[in-house]
Amino acid sequence: MGQAVLERSAPARPAPIDLPYGRDTLPKLLRHNAGTHGDRTAFREKDLGIWQRITWRDYYEHAREFGLGLRELGFHREDVLAVIGDNRPELFYAAMGAQAVGGRSYGLYQDSLTDQLVQLLNFAEARFVFCEDQEQADKILDALPLLPRVERIIVEDWRGMWRYRHPKLISFAEVQRLGRERHGADGTLFDTMLDAGRPGDVAIFCQTSGTTALPKLAMLTHRNLIAQGLSFHVGEPHIGAGDEFVSYLPFAWIGEQMIATSLHQLVGFTVNFPEEPDTAQRDFREIAPHFTFAPARIYEGLHTAVTVRILDAGWLRRRVYDWALGVGGRTVERRADGKAVPWWWRVQRWIAHWLVFRPLLDKIGFTEMRVAWNGGSPLGPDYFKFFHSLGVNLKQIYGQTEMAGISCVHRDGAVHFWTMGYPIANTELRVTDDGEIISRSPALFQGYFKNPEATGKTLRDGWLYSGDYGTLDPTGDVIMFDRMSDVITLAGGARMSPWVVEAMLKFTPYVQEAMVVCAPDGASLAAILNIEMRSVGKWAEDRRIAYTSYADLSQKSQVLDLLEGVVRDVNVRVRPEWRLRRFLSLYKEFHPDDDELTRTRKLRRGFINERYRDLIAALTSGAGAYGAVFTVRYEDGRTAQVRTTMQIRDI
Amino acid sequence: MDPILRVENLHLSFHGIQAIAGVGFDLSLHEIFGIIGPNGAGKTSVLNCINGFYRPQRGRIVFDGTEISHAPPHVRAQRGIARTFQNIALYPGMTVRDNIMTGRVIRMRSGVLACGIYAGPAEREHVHNRRLVEEIIDFLEIEGVRDHRVADLAYGIQKKVELGRALAMDPRLLVLDEPMAGMSMDEKADMARYVLELKEVRHLPMILIEHDMGVVMDLCDRIMVMDYGRKIAEGLPAEIQRNPDVIKAYIGAAVVA
Repeated sequence: MGQAVLERSAPARPAPIDLPYGRDTLPKLLRHNAGTHGDRTAFREKDLGIWQRITWRDYYEHAREFGLGLRELGFHREDVLAVIGDNRPELFYAAMGAQAVGGRSYGLYQDSLTDQLVQLLNFAEARFVFCEDQEQADKILDALPLLPRVERIIVEDWRGMWRYRHPKLISFAEVQRLGRERHGADGTLFDTMLDAGRPGDVAIFCQTSGTTALPKLAMLTHRNLIAQGLSFHVGEPHIGAGDEFVSYLPFAWIGEQMIATSLHQLVGFTVNFPEEPDTAQRDFREIAPHFTFAPARIYEGLHTAVTVRILDAGWLRRRVYDWALGVGGRTVERRADGKAVPWWWRVQRWIAHWLVFRPLLDKIGFTEMRVAWNGGSPLGPDYFKFFHSLGVNLKQIYGQTEMAGISCVHRDGAVHFWTMGYPIANTELRVTDDGEIISRSPALFQGYFKNPEATGKTLRDGWLYSGDYGTLDPTGDVIMFDRMSDVITLAGGARMSPWVVEAMLKFTPYVQEAMVVCAPDGASLAAILNIEMRSVGKWAEDRRIAYTSYADLSQKSQVLDLLEGVVRDVNVRVRPEWRLRRFLSLYKEFHPDDDELTRTRKLRRGFINERYRDLIAALTSGAGAYGAVFTVRYEDGRTAQVRTTMQIRDI
Repeated sequence: MDPILRVENLHLSFHGIQAIAGVGFDLSLHEIFGIIGPNGAGKTSVLNCINGFYRPQRGRIVFDGTEISHAPPHVRAQRGIARTFQNIALYPGMTVRDNIMTGRVIRMRSGVLACGIYAGPAEREHVHNRRLVEEIIDFLEIEGVRDHRVADLAYGIQKKVELGRALAMDPRLLVLDEPMAGMSMDEKADMARYVLELKEVRHLPMILIEHDMGVVMDLCDRIMVMDYGRKIAEGLPAEIQRNPDVIKAYIGAAVVA
């Protein structure tokens, strides 16, 4: 690696972390936890409207029963248990149970469409599928002829399943019963199986947002996950056993695996599960967690929700809110400059806190929040300033699924809004001559399952090639501009990072999603915008503009005027060569079901470029409008042809 | 097997207008019985006779072996006849949970004094009732609106709450008056799921008035057709669909000829 020009981090080569025997796999850690503090609360789940606690001993016993039950059904070492469903303790029992008997758990996004599930399950060669409820079971049962390998479908919530008679179906309770019987007959079997587990065994498959034909399932071992948790905890030592965490993001996401499995097993806080997805927000507020880890979309959504509510409020409240946010913003900037905050500013900040910020944070469940991490994709500096103005310690996490999720995080007191944070313990990070960020640590994955080509591209000489274009900041933090493949080279040869401008566009309450595209000759930039239905809908209602649907509203001339204003405002704030010359408002939202976004709501530019090739060509040429017929896929899988004309605005 | 409900020769008139003229039917356990017919055929009047809102001039109603023709509505409710209404009849200012809890009132034994002190048996009873209510909320998948005022909710959800209140009465017979009117496709599918599950898992017999023919034909085990206060047909859904009198009542004579 002689070509690496910039380097940052303590050890020359990450030392392998020694894991104590008896705690070197996640299920062994669970046994350890159940043994040393079995009566403490591991999980809390809202059931029938009341929070019910589940101890570490319960957790362990459930996992044991399920694991042994799986084994009775013919689940062997290195078998894959696919796990699909909304977050519940049972998903964790199932994953731990499968890992305890030597298997691998593989979380799939619960909103995946049937054909996506079929492809992924076949690719992963999953013989056992855990479905949380009837909805997921229906998807699998419908596609069963296409899933020849699947032998058992385990359904946790049996409600609505009474009329199903399928030999492959079995209830979660029944699997546990089998395991209980087995344990009764042979009380040492489970311990023997657990002890047979090695830290180098693959614990989970984790799906990454691949745009290629072959899925990319990162294989992460117990050692990877535990090392990651330990290294991360070095930088965030305040996370302790008394803390509360709410688990509501997809089980399949590495971020959720990291916190709710690895860090949970290592530190032992309480993981709370909402009753249903539509009560998650309310339950989050009831718990008021001490920390949270969410993708950018969640923070963007919170910002929009707050802004829309304020737009809806009366004149006085709006004035007070604007004043408070101004005070907060000034204080944050002052601190960022390293200057002392004058006492009269602090008095104002104090008043703003009790008058505005605290009630506002209470509404979103952030009153007890010590730290909120953003991960998955970067969040624009405007959002950082907003949350810090409110007094939320929002920090960026940077990392790849292939690195078990985290390689950098902002240090307390040094949250630079433009960076991705500082490498965590045992993590080495460099930038190549081409500007690509590469890293290595004990958490580095074992490769992609059945995809040597992609593995070879990503994993070279023990380094993870992230595909991210970045540099190192003088402060020691890492700066990421964009994906290598997404960086736009302008006519003058300068490089431009589209997400910077996109983040600024999205910060206004009226833009939900934005994608910046460039003319083939690099001469001018244009943007495809998605309006935010809630706020623009409200805006239109206030002005008595009648509309029927998203497609209709998005093309109203008044709405285009509004968006033009947004784009002009952004143009004033960016460098001249980064200014947008044209934009259009897309008739539909980008959506993961249409493969335009990943399940964590990141733009899939390659796919969008392909799909909207003609539209983008019209946008970057001189056309004044674009008429198109698009195929839309509805939630139930049906498709329809949509004919529409979109006006292209020049700025 | 004896029918759970027997209606014999019902006659009901209001000042000379004959609303029901000699209607009778049997409902056996584990059966969904549909009543269909054009507007003004007297369907809702039959339901009102069953649960005691109307007093028919002639005829007998026997529920579970006991004649209830002269029993007042609350006695019939205590015996286990619960119903929902064509026009939602909830308490709009109360929460969803409290609305469903009102269904428990007829099953409560503690008096005003004991409930006021809230100790011992009264507390245990309340906890028991609250649990039942929460199970119903879980069954109907309305956890997200548990603490919302009914007045603030969409129509389809209010319909669910009304079903919830009827279920809270521990019914042995459920009478549903147009449970799916004004609902979206999704909500109808949900409601159909609940009705089927109540029948299959809880073995609850039901009488159902509904205008959505697809729903009626799919859900009901037997159907009675009414027109101008008379029963013009009764039978299995397939038989009803072929019955010329039914077609005539619905679409008129010209099409049949």
